[in-house]
Amino acid sequence: MLKITNLHANVADKPILKGLTLSLNASEIHAIMGPNGAGKSTLGYVLSGRPGYEITEGEVTFNGQNLLDLEPHERAAAGLFLGFQYPVEIPGVSNVQFLREALNAQRKYRGDTPLSGAEFLKVAREQAGALGMDMDMLKRPVNVGFSGGEKKRNEMVQMGIIDPALAILDETDSGLDIDALRTVGDGINRIMRKPDKAVLLITHYQRLLDYVKPDFVHVLADGRITRSGGPELALELERDGYKELAA
Amino acid sequence: MTMPAPTRHDEAWRYSDIAAVEAAWPLPAPVSIIVPAGGNFARTIVQGNGAIHQLDLAIGKCATAAIYILNIGGDFGRVELNVTLHDGADFKLGAVQIGGNTQTLEIITTVTHVEPNATSSQIVRSVLAGTSTGTYLGKVAVARDAQLTDSEQSVKAMLLDRSATANAKPELEIYADDVKCAHGCAIGELDPMGLFYLQARGLAPADAKKLMLQAFVAGVFEGAADEEMLIEAALKKLGELV
Repeated sequence: MLKITNLHANVADKPILKGLTLSLNASEIHAIMGPNGAGKSTLGYVLSGRPGYEITEGEVTFNGQNLLDLEPHERAAAGLFLGFQYPVEIPGVSNVQFLREALNAQRKYRGDTPLSGAEFLKVAREQAGALGMDMDMLKRPVNVGFSGGEKKRNEMVQMGIIDPALAILDETDSGLDIDALRTVGDGINRIMRKPDKAVLLITHYQRLLDYVKPDFVHVLADGRITRSGGPELALELERDGYKELAA
Repeated sequence: MTMPAPTRHDEAWRYSDIAAVEAAWPLPAPVSIIVPAGGNFARTIVQGNGAIHQLDLAIGKCATAAIYILNIGGDFGRVELNVTLHDGADFKLGAVQIGGNTQTLEIITTVTHVEPNATSSQIVRSVLAGTSTGTYLGKVAVARDAQLTDSEQSVKAMLLDRSATANAKPELEIYADDVKCAHGCAIGELDPMGLFYLQARGLAPADAKKLMLQAFVAGVFEGAADEEMLIEAALKKLGELV
């Protein structure tokens, strides 16, 4: 589904990704772990097309298509979802309006018919309910006044509504208490653990992986994957730290 | 004898399109409206074709008046309000100006509290693209006897291109000593991280911008009888700019 080959990327002329290679197949959940500054968030931003990230070498294909040729909204329509580490507050724009417009823009791009207001609200209500989020919150401006945990929960509600093929979740576990962590973990499994979908979990800690069992674990250090393995690698990292393994 | 046309040396015309003003000179007498004691008045002004509107508004004791302005059309559009508030009167202004290309748009207000206990609130939002210029000059004057005046001005401008210009001058002239006068002013650009967030969820760049600008001007027309028409016209104009 996603194939990253020898990816090099700069931010403000500083090399951050230095030859990253990684493949994800449908039905797989991959976790990327690594120390601060290794390039984890940069990877998420480069894949979703954030301006200011310059790709100097390498290629990325998504279902056979050159991902790097696409604009951010085209990547979204192609099925890619980025769960933000710091979801952005947008005063004055209601969640419901934003998500309906976004979902219908994606559907239009793919040649599907747009959802009516009632059809959309039904989907939104289901997803909000499954993640324990009040419908009133979904009517409020995007992320404004939300706690850190509520913002992350909102990201998952958005993911449920948009129903992407590939989710890149950038530290979705940070800022969550234990109950919220379980809710979010259940949400990821419910929405994304399907034969035709894949997930790239970017995380510092093992704890989310207790709920969302990865098929593969990779260590990202200094801009490239330095080690890959199964779920046991995450436990090893938790025990020994990154220093030992990144070396 | 008519007054000579203003020049750039006249503060209230400093940022105007002087050639357009000269062409329109002499202006007809301002529209004069007197709201009697205890009365309620509301008016919507849509400047859509490049005109100069001048309005004198006297608000009587305990009367209220609300003016809604959408300033969007023509090469040069100007709306000038001269408001006088009497004892306990209330004045509310909600104004949006949206300019592109080489448009020059301006809103000039003088709000004078001549007697005590009156309240005034002004909200002005400008969205400017291309090489357009948007100006808000807003003076609030509080006379010596106008104690317990409560006045606020909120002025914000959003520049869509680095070549656009916003001028904002909230001004206070206060002679009373027991008053509350608040004013805030900000000129900025659309938050690039917000735009990216919307795009990452599937909105094309123009639609993402339009949604954020809609949020920027939303609320200004709250309470207007023709709120829907105003918002629709504002959105149509925004759609031409993004």
